[in-house]
Amino acid sequence: MLSKEQIAQRIARELKDGYYVNLGIGIPTLVANYIPDGINVVLQSENGLLGMGPFPFEGEEDADMINAGKQTITTLPGSAIFDSAMSFGMIRSGKVHLTILGAMEVSDTGDIANWKIPGMMVKGMGGAMDLVASAKNIIVAMQHTNKKGESKLLSSCTLPITGLKCVKKIVTDIAVLEVTPDRGFKLLERAPGISVEEILAKTAGRIVVEGEVPEIQF
Amino acid sequence: MNKVVKNADEAIKDIKAGSTIMFGGFGLCGIPENCINALTKKPEINQITAISNNAGVDDFGLGLLLQTRQIKKMISSYVGENAEFERQMLSGELEVELVPQGTLATRCMMAGYGIPAFFTPAGVGTEVAEGKETRNFGGKEYLMEMAFDADYSIVKAWKGDTMGNLIFNGTARNFNPMMAMAGKISIVEVEELVAPGELNPNEIHVPGIYVHRIFKGENYEKRIEQRTVRKH
Repeated sequence: MLSKEQIAQRIARELKDGYYVNLGIGIPTLVANYIPDGINVVLQSENGLLGMGPFPFEGEEDADMINAGKQTITTLPGSAIFDSAMSFGMIRSGKVHLTILGAMEVSDTGDIANWKIPGMMVKGMGGAMDLVASAKNIIVAMQHTNKKGESKLLSSCTLPITGLKCVKKIVTDIAVLEVTPDRGFKLLERAPGISVEEILAKTAGRIVVEGEVPEIQF
Repeated sequence: MNKVVKNADEAIKDIKAGSTIMFGGFGLCGIPENCINALTKKPEINQITAISNNAGVDDFGLGLLLQTRQIKKMISSYVGENAEFERQMLSGELEVELVPQGTLATRCMMAGYGIPAFFTPAGVGTEVAEGKETRNFGGKEYLMEMAFDADYSIVKAWKGDTMGNLIFNGTARNFNPMMAMAGKISIVEVEELVAPGELNPNEIHVPGIYVHRIFKGENYEKRIEQRTVRKH
């Protein structure tokens, strides 16, 4: 089973030089720690910053410089500050190349549910609906099953929808999968020591396996 | 032309119960602390419809107005950091309209730009789309959303001059510029209030034409919600 760090590490391999990237809260924020050597990406924080830098050193925190998860951060050479309307303008007009976020459920047609559990947890959707409706490339970081061992990859989402037909790739604690246009999930890689059979058993919804499925290399 | 008022108490004194008020800020960053405090001292200003991205935390920011039960309805995108908010919402005491953050920002912006409605892809196929017109542009579905109609906007800026020209600092900018442009009456508290001519016209983020009342605030706590640091 992959740790959160390993999920983030695997997702970081999808980054390309020159990408503008939005990282959601939770596991996606860890992707910033694994940006491959030799490539430059610009991290967008939807509360109004391009070029999000590392956390400040102790004693240097600035209350006026936070990220979308409300953590204190710093800027980098080339950073830019703007208001929230412009922030979502650049998201909606497709300038952000890649969005990485978490999910409660993903369907085999690429629907995502990640903002509400009716009657229980209602934190709100924040920027998630804008991001999933607009980004060209959306990668989800999630646990493959819930606490009861039930698949979170389904034929249709049971929880309130964040966006339809938008997820392109999923990295879970046991697998890397693609969402195909018409055949459901396609298994691309498996976590070290995890068999294809185990992944199939833990995945509801349609799933396609073609040929040998390699292990994720670390 | 004199837009300067003495303090927050002066700035908010004509606000009536039942008003729709925009509050700037993202989390606790860039919130109008003085005006929020001033409102909590006037419990007769209740039944407020508050438009703000977040609801603060239990004991700071808009959480203070939730504690005093002065807010009847919240229009926000994310309320995860406030347990009292969630409790009032789930029990039905507080009416809540959850709006995608980009839609929220743009509904404020369009009010200041004189555009009554616009189309966005955010929320298509979700419960946010219920009851709303959709249209197809270039093969993609969009929802029609309306500009906000707010009686007041209450905003925090970094520097302002006595003509109401504003500059914001860092990510404390967030919703403040659009809200400053949107309210029928726009109230701004600043850390530094200067004379006209002190601010470079090239560097002004919101021109004073949008601002009705401005004052120099005091005793800013500027609380940090998630103090996060790295080691040397």
